[in-house]
Formats: sequence, structure tokens, C-alpha cells
Amino acid sequence: MMQNDAIYLLLRRLRMPLITLITVYTISILGFVLIPGMDDQGQPYRMSFFNAFYFVSFMGSTIGFGEIPYAFTAGQRMWAMVCIYGTVIAWLYGIGATLAALQEPVLSRVMRRRSFAARVRKIAQPFYLVCGHGVTGGIVVRSLSRRGLLCVVVDINDQRIDNLEMAGLELPVPGLVADASLPDVLDDAGLQHRHCIGVLALTNSDQVNLSIAIASKLLMPGRMVISRTESDITTANLQSFGTDLVVDPFRAYAEYLSLAAHAPYMHLVYDWLLNPVHRPLASTYQRTKGRWIICGHGRFGRALYREFNEDEVALTVVDPDASHLAHLPHLIEGVGTEARTLIEAGVGDAVGIIAGTGNDADNLSIMMTARELNPKLVTVVRQNIDANSLVFKNSRADFVMEPGRIIANRILAQIKTPLLPVFIEQALQHDDVWAHTLLNRMASISTDEELDSWSFTISEENTPALCTAIAEGMAPKLSLFLKDPRDRKRNLKAFPLLMRRQGELFMLPGELHSMQLGDEVLFCGLSKAFGRSQWTVNNYNVLQYVMTGEERSHNVLARLLDYYANRKK
Amino acid sequence: MNKEKVIFAFFIVLAMTLNFGFFLGDIDNPAHHNIYEFFAAIAVSMVCTVLKFGDRTHLGALMLATSLVADLQLVIAAAIWGYAENVSMVGMTPEHMSSVVSLTGGALMANVISVVLLMVETIMVRR
Repeated sequence: MMQNDAIYLLLRRLRMPLITLITVYTISILGFVLIPGMDDQGQPYRMSFFNAFYFVSFMGSTIGFGEIPYAFTAGQRMWAMVCIYGTVIAWLYGIGATLAALQEPVLSRVMRRRSFAARVRKIAQPFYLVCGHGVTGGIVVRSLSRRGLLCVVVDINDQRIDNLEMAGLELPVPGLVADASLPDVLDDAGLQHRHCIGVLALTNSDQVNLSIAIASKLLMPGRMVISRTESDITTANLQSFGTDLVVDPFRAYAEYLSLAAHAPYMHLVYDWLLNPVHRPLASTYQRTKGRWIICGHGRFGRALYREFNEDEVALTVVDPDASHLAHLPHLIEGVGTEARTLIEAGVGDAVGIIAGTGNDADNLSIMMTARELNPKLVTVVRQNIDANSLVFKNSRADFVMEPGRIIANRILAQIKTPLLPVFIEQALQHDDVWAHTLLNRMASISTDEELDSWSFTISEENTPALCTAIAEGMAPKLSLFLKDPRDRKRNLKAFPLLMRRQGELFMLPGELHSMQLGDEVLFCGLSKAFGRSQWTVNNYNVLQYVMTGEERSHNVLARLLDYYANRKK
Repeated sequence: MNKEKVIFAFFIVLAMTLNFGFFLGDIDNPAHHNIYEFFAAIAVSMVCTVLKFGDRTHLGALMLATSLVADLQLVIAAAIWGYAENVSMVGMTPEHMSSVVSLTGGALMANVISVVLLMVETIMVRR
């Protein structure tokens, strides 16, 4: 239906000009046929319809071939004068109305929508449908297109769609300015497209995210849906109908910070696996155990309070509105920007301060005042507005909380490999000593370069060469994945994190583990290593080389030669 | 009473009546077929087509289609007439006349369908 809207709209606008044109032409032609003329012999004659139509056609278009078939009489000239003005005005009106109709915003919006839908329909590779191109959406789209995965973006704000074009992405990303909560918009954006592999609802509004998730789960129940949310009610609602991943930015960051406070090494493991920019190893040597101060008890503050309380970290809350927080044990009234309030909150013997109000200037002021009072303090600042990132980057705070980035990293981890969240969940149950060992192992692979993670499922489509080897009775070991296919004596910069065999999980499996069909293995390492190990598992000859060190080619001639060589022995 | 409906129905019925008036008479006798009536039939038929633009209903689409058929038939008939009178060098012959009239007969069928559709729409609305 949508496709034809533009044409209908245009046709309706053109009704009046076209009728005017037909009327003017009809009257002009009729006039020429009826008005008596004179031929070259001075005999009276009547113009035929044929000649009249010919004359009016070139007159109306201002081409003007002259008076045909004979020179006009005064009466004909009079009529020609009337007709010239009539037809020219009718044409101007018609062309003007057409141009005006074409320039109308409604029409151009319809046209853009049409070409967007056509572009999406033509996509012939797997793609993600991203709703909302804010901070989170921007990071996700950029990372996905760097990995060669296509995205389709819908956002209600036209500026953010313009940003898409200026972002210089590796892949051309179709974008549409529209309300993503409307199912027909989602449909145009490829919700029911057979190549759509996931829907990411990342808008600022919980209600919109909810309707996107519902529409997707109703129309395509098996498809992955990831949603962002800011309230517990929506989280529960989203999970009730099977949304694959629900991310609450405030809770996600609260968990992240709480981890930093009570298990610094584990926190670093988590950070290195999810965050492309690594915090240095040395950053954990700060003392983080002790009492923390939270300024601002909004959504973020509340999530933090709950998380810290669960981990039994002592807390003092500073909030200007103390009346509704009377139930909290350690409460100081005030914003926290003045030294007096902070001293009252005991900034001198606290280990850390979290400036988590909804105002960026206040947060920076709190942090600077607190650091003045206690230079050894661990500082966490919440950044609300993306445009302020320059100031925050130079604020020398230990942590800058940007909810958008946190959610983006979480979502990317889920998209990269669903095994990574499983590993992290398992890892959190180990102690910090375990984490320290793991961290050292990770540091031996990379300190500054981004740690990538990937997984293989031992199956015909994922690892064909490996399957052939298993079918031939060989027992390939896990170490196979880590040998450099160019030189088997060298190891790739990667190691296995997790192996899942029939639901059973093996954390940090040994490299001599032999593999079976159906095993899923999660690795972490440099993305270069990922590319190399893909070679090994897909190409049988490379696999042979890595396993035995013999470089054989498996064409018929080579086999025959092999056969005879063996017979001679 | 809806002014727009009156104009719409007026033109559709007028297109049919003019067409019918022209069609009436011996098929190959030029004296029975008035050229001014033919001209009026073409002009009204075109106005009808434009009036049917932009209607998104199924019935509207059908009406537009019948109108386009009528236009096509009439324009071809006009082209044959023009060819016979001005290009063929022998003037209007009974053969040319009969093909012009038979083409307008086709257009008349299309116009009748158009009127039937108009009636169907009116009956369906019942207002």
C-alpha cells in the first residue's frame, strides 16, 4: 500500500492542472475549427481538426512554426492571441503545480521510505536491524560493520540518520527516519526479511523498545531480540516473552562498578573481554576496599546502592532531597558540590566517590572538590550528555560512566558469540586469585591490542575439515586451534576460555583436550589469530599440515604417487 | 448532495452519452457521424480520466482502467480519421469510417462499464 502512496498523492495534486490543460486545449482547437479562414486563392475555408490540433500543439508549447496551412485572417489571429495566453498560462500552472507537488515534504518522505524499503528488500546477506542510532546504536553499528556485518538503522531523529552517512562506515548502511514503534516501519526495515538475523531495540524510550521487541517476537519468534531498558518493570516484561538479552544501562554499570570495588582483578578480566580499550593492569593496584560515597540517588544511584549492598560494601549516600530517603542508614543531605557536605560524608577516610547526579557540571564539580579533599580517592563520574566527552576525557577521573558504551559492549559480546556471556557468568563465581592468573595469561597475549573472542562449534558447516578428520578416526586436540597454519612450531596469540560438551561446561580447558562432534569452544586472543585458525578448521590440507607436519596435496596424482611410494617400501 | 459527486457523475455519464451519440448510425456512412461530437467525446473522456486519478479504492482503480481503455480507443480512432483525411490522399473512405466507428464502439463499451461501476458504488454506499 505504502509503495503507491507517492503516485496517488502526485496524481491527486495534478488533477486540477491537467483538467485545466485539457479544457484550454479543447476550447482553442474548437475555436480554430469554427472560425472561418481564407486559403491562398482567397476562397473561404475551415481549418480541419487535424491542422487545428497541430497548430495549437506548437503554439501552446511556444515553439511557433507560423500560420498554417495558409496565412491567418484577422479573426483567426484574434483567436490565436487569446489562445497563446490561455495555453501558456495553463502550461505554467501545470508545471508549477507538478514541481510544487514534487517538492512537498510529504512526498519526499514517502519517496525516501520507498527507496529505503527497496534497498532493504534487495539485501542478500545477513543483517541486523538496529532501532535507535544514539550513542549505543552508533557504537554497535560501527563495530558490526567493521566485522563485515550489515546493519539497517531506523531512528526517529533525522540528525542521527544524517550522522550515519557521515560516520564513514565500512559498509553502506541504509537508514530511515521513522518511528520504530510502528510495525509497518519495522516491516519496511526488514523485520520479516529472511536474511535478518537479529533485532536490536536501542531507543531511549522503554515503551518503543517494548513494542519493537513484541512485534519482532510475534512475527518472527525464533529471531534474536536484544533490548535496552531503564526500568525493572519493562525488564520483567521483556523477559516474559523471551527477549534474548535485556540490558539496563544503570544496572549494567552498577554491576561493573561493584565488581571493581570488591574484585578488582575479576573486574579487569571482564573489562578486557568486553571493552576494546584496555585499562592498564596497574590500575588495579589502587585500594578499592572500604567505604564509598554516592552522590545522587537517582536511577543510577539506586542501582548502585542495591548492587553495593549485595556485595557488602559500606556506603554513604549524599542527596539533596533527603525526605524520601529517610530509610537509608548513612544519609547526608546536600548536592555534594561543596566541601562542607563532602567532609560531613567522611570524604577523608572513604576509598571512592561516585558522582552520579543527572547534571554533568555538578558531577565534575563533585569529583574535583572531592579530589582536593582526598587525593587518593577513586573517582567515578557519570556522563549524561555525549557532547561533553572532551571535558570528561580530560577530567582524570578513574572511571567515566557512559551508559551507552556499556550497553554497546554487552550487546556486541552477545552478538560475537553467545558463549562469552556464559563464560563471564561462570567466571564471576571464581575468586580474585583465579582471576589474577587468568589476567596474567591474557596479558601475555596482549596488553594494548583489543582482545577479540570467538567460538567454534565442531560441526559439518562450521568446521568441515575438522569433521573429516574426526570421521577418519583421528582425535584432534584443542591445541590444533592454536597452531599457526603457516608454521606449526609457532603458537597463535590465543587460548581457549570455555568448552561446552552436551551442556557440561569446562572452564579454561587444557590444550590437550581431544574434541568430539558437537563441542563448542570459546577462545580469546587477537583477531588475527581468529582468521588463521579459521584456515585450519576449514581446509583439510592445512589441517593435515598442522596435525602431522606433512605438507600434502590431495589431488589424484599426489595420491597415486603416494600409493606407489608406499608399495615400493 | 455532494458537489464533487455531481461533477464526477456528470462527466462520466456525459462521456458515455456523447460516445453513444457518435456511434449511432450506419457504420460506414460519414454523414451519420458528426466530427464535433467525436471531438467532444474525446475531450470529455480525457477529463473523466483525470477526475478518476488518485482514488485508492479497488473500485476507483477499475474505473480508472476503463477510462484509460476508452481514451486509448478514441485516440486511435482520431488518429485513423486524421490519417484518412490528411495523409491517405483519397479522403475518408467507407473502410476508414467503419474502423473509426467500430473503435468508438469499443470505447462505448468501456464507458458503459464505467457507468455500471459508478452505479455499483452508489448502491454500495446507500446514502
